[in-house]
Amino acid sequence: MPYFIFLVIFVVLPLLLILIYALQDGAGHFTLKNIAKFFSDGDSLSTFALSIEVAIENTALCILIGYPAAWILANKDLNRSAVTVVLFILPMWINALMRTLATAELFTMAGIQLGKGTLLFGMCYDYLPFMIYPIYNVLNKMDKSYAEAAQDLGATPGEVFRKVTLPLSMPGIMSGVMMVFMPTVSTFAISEFLTNNKIKLFGTIIQENINNSMWNYGAALSLIMLIIIGITTFLQGGDSEEAVSGGAI
Amino acid sequence: MAKDERIINIQHLSKSFGDKKVLDDINLYVRRGEFLTLLGPSGCGKTTLLRMIAGFMQPDEGSILLDGKDIAGVPPHERPLNTVFQRYALFPHLDVYDNIAFGLKLKKTPEDEIDKRVRKVLKLVAMSDYEDRDVETLSGGQQQRIAIARAIVNQPKVLLLDEPLAALDLKMRKDMQIELKEMHRKLGITFIYVTHDQEEALTLSDTIVVINEGKIQQIGTPTDIYNEPVNAFVADFIGESNILKGRMIKDRRVAFIKHQFDCVDEGFGEDVPVDVVVRPEDIYFTTDPAKCQFKATVNSCIFKGVHYEMWVDTDTGYELMIQDYDPYPVGSEVMLYIDPDDIQVMKKERRSNVLSGVVKDEETIRIFDADFPIPNDFEPGTDVVVDVPFDGVELLDNLDEGVLNGEVHFILYMGNHYHLYVKTEDSDYFYVDTNDIWDKGDLVGIKLLPETIKLSKKDEND
Repeated sequence: MPYFIFLVIFVVLPLLLILIYALQDGAGHFTLKNIAKFFSDGDSLSTFALSIEVAIENTALCILIGYPAAWILANKDLNRSAVTVVLFILPMWINALMRTLATAELFTMAGIQLGKGTLLFGMCYDYLPFMIYPIYNVLNKMDKSYAEAAQDLGATPGEVFRKVTLPLSMPGIMSGVMMVFMPTVSTFAISEFLTNNKIKLFGTIIQENINNSMWNYGAALSLIMLIIIGITTFLQGGDSEEAVSGGAI
Repeated sequence: MAKDERIINIQHLSKSFGDKKVLDDINLYVRRGEFLTLLGPSGCGKTTLLRMIAGFMQPDEGSILLDGKDIAGVPPHERPLNTVFQRYALFPHLDVYDNIAFGLKLKKTPEDEIDKRVRKVLKLVAMSDYEDRDVETLSGGQQQRIAIARAIVNQPKVLLLDEPLAALDLKMRKDMQIELKEMHRKLGITFIYVTHDQEEALTLSDTIVVINEGKIQQIGTPTDIYNEPVNAFVADFIGESNILKGRMIKDRRVAFIKHQFDCVDEGFGEDVPVDVVVRPEDIYFTTDPAKCQFKATVNSCIFKGVHYEMWVDTDTGYELMIQDYDPYPVGSEVMLYIDPDDIQVMKKERRSNVLSGVVKDEETIRIFDADFPIPNDFEPGTDVVVDVPFDGVELLDNLDEGVLNGEVHFILYMGNHYHLYVKTEDSDYFYVDTNDIWDKGDLVGIKLLPETIKLSKKDEND
C-alpha cells in the first residue's frame, strides 16, 4: 500500500500534470496546438535532431572507452582488486553539476574553445561510469569456461572475444546504452556550461520554456520526449531481455 | 611395448599454487585408443593434470609429450585435443547446431562437410531432431550429449572429459556410462576421464590412475586396483574394505586380528609389520569346523539390495565388515574363513611419525614452527629426529590446549581403532592411532606424549 501511494504521488500525478498542461492553452482550454507547434517549428525539430545526434555520439564514445575499461577491470590477471572498480565509479559521488562546472573552468583556464568537442568530453566524463559498470558486471560474472571451451575448440584469443565474449556481454552493453543514451537526450546543464549555451539541446529548450513560464509548450515538449524515450526503451527492452535470457544460464 | 603406442607421455610433471604443491612428480603414459581414468578425491590434483594436458595451465616442471613431441608452449587452440567440461559450457547464444559446428567453422571447413559431420555426431549421441533447439531448453543429460558431440565432431586425437557425469542424477549417470563406453568403442579415440567416483572409474576404464595429494598412488586395470591395492588409501578409496594391521611371519604366512592365515604374498621378509586388506565379500561363512579359521558374533545385519552387509565382532576383539547373499541373525555365533588368494598384503607406508625438530632448551623442541614440551639432553640448536608412535599423538577437542592445530584429513577404521591423518595449517601431517571417534574435517588440538617419543641426533648424511 505505501508503494501504491508513492507511485501515485511521484509517478502518476506528475505524468498526469504533464499530460494536462501539454494539452491546454494558456487559458486552460483543450488544444493540440502545443504539439503541432513542435512539429511545425524548424528550430525545435533541428534541436531535437541535434540532441539525438549528440546522444548517439556520446553513447558510441562511452562504449569505445567503457568496454575496454570494463574488460580490464573484470580481467583477474590485470586487475586483482575491487578498489580499482570503485575508483572508476568514484567521480559519481560528486554532484554532476559541480563536476561539469569544474570541467568548464578547466577548459577556460587552459584556453580551450568551448564547443561540441568540450560538450562531448563533458558528457562522456559524466556518463562513462554508467557504461562501465553494467558491462563490468556481466563480464565479471561470465563463466570462464565459455572462453576456455572456445579456445579448446580452436579459437584464437581474438576469435574467442568476437565469437563468445562479446556476444555474451551484449546484455551489459544494452543496459549501458539505456543508462547513457536516454539521459543524454534530455540533458541541459552540461550543454549550458560546457558550450556557454552555444549549442542547445532538447533539454535546454524545455528548461527555457518552463523558466519563461511557457508551461504548456514546455509540458508538450516533455511529453514528446517521454514518448520517444518510451518507444526506444520498449524496443531496446525487448532486445536486452532476450539477450539477458541468452546470457543467463 | 612399442613407443608409438604411447599417445601421451607425461614425465616428472609438477605444479604448485603458491606454497601448495598440487601435483608432485607425475609420470604417466596413455596408450593410443585406451580409456584412461584419473581417479581421486576432490582437491587431489586430477583436474589440474587434465587442464595442463588441455593447455589451460602450464606445468612448473616436467613435460607432456603428445605423439612424442613436447607440447609445453602450444596454446590450447592449437592442440589436437578437445575437452568435455564439467558444467558443459555450451554457448548460450548459439543453438545446438551452431554449438557443434563451432570448431569446424573456425577451421573454415566447407559448409556441406560441416553439415554432414554435425548430423553424423548428432546421430551418434542420439540427438538427431534437436539441431535447432536453444541449448538452455535441454535437460542436463541432453546438454551433456551435445557437449560430447561438440568435442568429438572435431575428431580430436584425445578426448578429455572433466567429471562429465557429476551433475546428472544416478539413473541418468548409469545410462550415460554405458553410452560413453559404447561411444569410446565406436570412435576409437583415446579418452582421458577425470572422476572422483570410484564405481564409475571401475565401470568405464581400461586403465585407472589413482591420485591423492598430488601424487600417483597406483596405476592399473580396474581388477588390479580393486584386488591388489598397493596401500591403505587405495584400498579404502576403491570399494569397501577391511583394512587391518598385520605382521608378515614369513613368506605366504601372515598374522592379523590375532590369528594366522595362509596368503600368497612373498618377499616382505620375516616378522615385518604390514597392512592387510580383506574385501568384505571375501570373508566366508562355514559350518565345517575344519575350515573355520576364526569365530565371531554378528552385531548388525543390513539388507543392501543384492547382498546383506554384516558387522561381526571376532573372538579376538576386532570388528569386520562382511557381505554375503545370506543373512545371519544378530547375536549368532558364526565360523569364518578367508581364502589365501583374497588376502592382500601391503607394505606399511610408515610405522611412526618421523619428524625433524630443533632443540630449543632442555624442556622444548621446535617442530613444524611450534614449541613442543619434550624433555631432552641435547645442546640447544641441535637438529634432532623425533620419532613419535601413532598412539603418541593426542588429539584434543579444545584447540587452545594443543601445541599445534590441525584438521582431520583422512580416516581409516582398522578393525579395533581408527588411523587418522591430521593436516596442520602448513600442510604438515601427523599420523594418529586413536579409539576416539572423529569426523573428517574436525579441527583438533595436537599434543605429543613425551614418554612415547624416541629422540636421536640428526645424522648429517641424512
